[in-house]
Amino acid sequence: MNFDFSDAQKALKQQTRGFLRAACDTTVPRRVLENGDEPYAHDLWRQIGANESPGIAIPEEYGGIGFGYLELCVVAEELGRVIAPVPFSSSVYLAAEAVLLGGSEEQKQALLPKLAAGEAIGTFALSEGPGQATEANLQTTLKNGRLSGTKVPVPDGDVADFCVVVARDGNGASLAVVDLGADGVSREQVETLDPSRSNARITFDGAEAELLGESGQGWELKNRVFDRAAVLFAMEQLGGADACLEMAIGYAKGRYAFGRPIGSFQAIKHKLADMYIKNELARANCYYGAWALSTDAPELPVAAAAARVAAIQAFHFASKENIQTHGGIGFTWESDCHLYYRRAKLLALGIGSERVWKDRLVSGLQEEAA
Amino acid sequence: MDFNDTPEQAAFRGEVRAWLADNAEPRRDRPSVSRRLDAEEGLILARKWQNRKAEAGYACRHWPIEHGGQGRPMIETIIYDQEEASFDVPTGFFGIGLGMCGPIMAKYATGEQQARYLPPMIRGQEVWCQLFSEPAAGSDVAGLRTRCHRDGDDWVVNGQKVWTSGAHYSDYGILVARHDSSLPKHKGLTFFFIDMKSPGIDIKPIKQINGGSNFNEVFFTNVRVPDSQRLGAIGEGWQVAIATLMNERLAVGDAPPPDFREVMKLAASCLLDGRPALEDSAVREKIADWYVESMGMKHTKARTLTALSQGRIPGPENSIGKVVSASKLQNVSSFGADLMDMGGVVTDPSLMPASALFQQSYLYSPGLRIAGGTDEILRNIIAERVLGLPGEIRVDRDVPYSDIPTGS
Repeated sequence: MNFDFSDAQKALKQQTRGFLRAACDTTVPRRVLENGDEPYAHDLWRQIGANESPGIAIPEEYGGIGFGYLELCVVAEELGRVIAPVPFSSSVYLAAEAVLLGGSEEQKQALLPKLAAGEAIGTFALSEGPGQATEANLQTTLKNGRLSGTKVPVPDGDVADFCVVVARDGNGASLAVVDLGADGVSREQVETLDPSRSNARITFDGAEAELLGESGQGWELKNRVFDRAAVLFAMEQLGGADACLEMAIGYAKGRYAFGRPIGSFQAIKHKLADMYIKNELARANCYYGAWALSTDAPELPVAAAAARVAAIQAFHFASKENIQTHGGIGFTWESDCHLYYRRAKLLALGIGSERVWKDRLVSGLQEEAA
Repeated sequence: MDFNDTPEQAAFRGEVRAWLADNAEPRRDRPSVSRRLDAEEGLILARKWQNRKAEAGYACRHWPIEHGGQGRPMIETIIYDQEEASFDVPTGFFGIGLGMCGPIMAKYATGEQQARYLPPMIRGQEVWCQLFSEPAAGSDVAGLRTRCHRDGDDWVVNGQKVWTSGAHYSDYGILVARHDSSLPKHKGLTFFFIDMKSPGIDIKPIKQINGGSNFNEVFFTNVRVPDSQRLGAIGEGWQVAIATLMNERLAVGDAPPPDFREVMKLAASCLLDGRPALEDSAVREKIADWYVESMGMKHTKARTLTALSQGRIPGPENSIGKVVSASKLQNVSSFGADLMDMGGVVTDPSLMPASALFQQSYLYSPGLRIAGGTDEILRNIIAERVLGLPGEIRVDRDVPYSDIPTGS
């Protein structure tokens, strides 16, 4: 039994944490949040690229470092802890995974080296507006290599170089890669709950696109991409939830009311104990998900869903109760509490809501039992 | 990261499996032997099983050889327990002795006493109980009132304990009592082990809300305890008690079923609005919540085991176990009864799904949220010891015990 990260993975974690603490304190997400002209932190993204972090799990033959997914999980947790305002999740967890899983050799050679170096940004487009996207209600179409339809919100869609789009063709749902600089693509930034990460509305009007994977197999492929991304999103959420707990503990120790630190009142103690409990449940599920991802275990779909659900719950609870622990100051724009509260919801809905993942989880359990 | 045993652990696991297969019945889809038998019959079988296990060298394997163990790493005891869990064996009588009394005897008793008392404890020949809680001292156990005073080579004990599991079939017990009421409450306590058959001990079962009687009230009237059975110095009783309770938190195991598995099974067979309840999204959400909690605890335990098997001290993460599992059991039980709709109130096992397990747990589970530290005390412990939040402001800490208001 060795349910722990290796010494080398722990060293990577410390190194990443040290780098991000210096390069991305909360002034960085706040700057992006407040500055409409800066969709992501270019300086930070450049440094992350220079560290080769986007390519950490991409095989060497495609320009990556070829470590593994446990190493990528370690980096994801740290990026989540500092709520890094960079397109890492879109480019690495979604675009790179989609290309790795569904791409032809040619597509991998063309797209992955640039993603690994952080020189290109990729993203993934499923949602077409409010309401759950399903295979049956997809409106975006792919006909004769041309995409038509509107996707919103597309994470980092305003800054990405290419996008993997879920569209309907003659055989059902398919994935297609589209160059977002091509003719027939128009895009604009949309306002979201978390402006420290940009999102776009992209309209395709006969834009040229190339099939990724087999026609008609897109929904299944999307599910496999999302299973893998779910573990990585969960690691980011876990990092964010831990940051909220640390922030709340710090405030509860230093803030005095009624002649004593508020952290000495059981009402606050129990709240923070509950945060700790949810974070530990999430951590255990996330680490198991990380193991399943790193070994491509048959348990991955259920493990990923469990990690995803636990991490959504932990970050949501920690970010809202962190505001509550701070009281009035926590509701102000100047306080950093809202940065986490916003990010918690953004991550909770990107790649599908808690309800959708719970349903996937139970379906997975039914399949295991059958 | 990998979940495999080391070759040595795998070999041991194989040996244990083979031994269990030869000596015990696998668990089957029916109530366990502990649920089928009454306490008296259960104890007889449990003693036999414990003895057989001890003779094979599987009981308390990690205890030192001079205490009757095998001097093996903790991980082997855990592997044995994991394997035994798949078999329907009579258990539940020795947990307090082996989990709490044994370790505290190993720390504080003389070598001679350890050689006398620990091996029979391991073999199930002598059963032990723990006498801490009192009617007026539950969460605030340091506020206990049972008195002891020195008389020659003996101490004389008077007072009352409560919630003593198994007192009526126990041979020995560990006891904390107050020797000096003029000292602050934590400083006036002294710790003993006692013979439960001593004159002056009177034991009365408590009838619980589920109708069962797993606990007792124990009354002490001029009970004489030799000073040689004192554990720790006079006035050191609180430190010894805390050391015992730390062992308790490790000893309190998993909550019993039902869990998400039983809910899934039930939901597959119950109809809701004419469809299997398992297709209902509200039911599915609940199952997912409980799955996430169950797996969170299982994998948290795996983190603890990793630390143990590498010879490291586990982190504080295990402290979440009982808080999560006790509430989950209560919620699962209540939900299971709800799924049976109007019929869910019936408790006759012959008429009910899972032999009325959900109904029985509904009445049993409130106790689990209290025993071994209430949900509230456990949250205080997490907040103070794990998160480092400031302690409670205590108005009773530095005053003589006799001056503390009691409300009665």
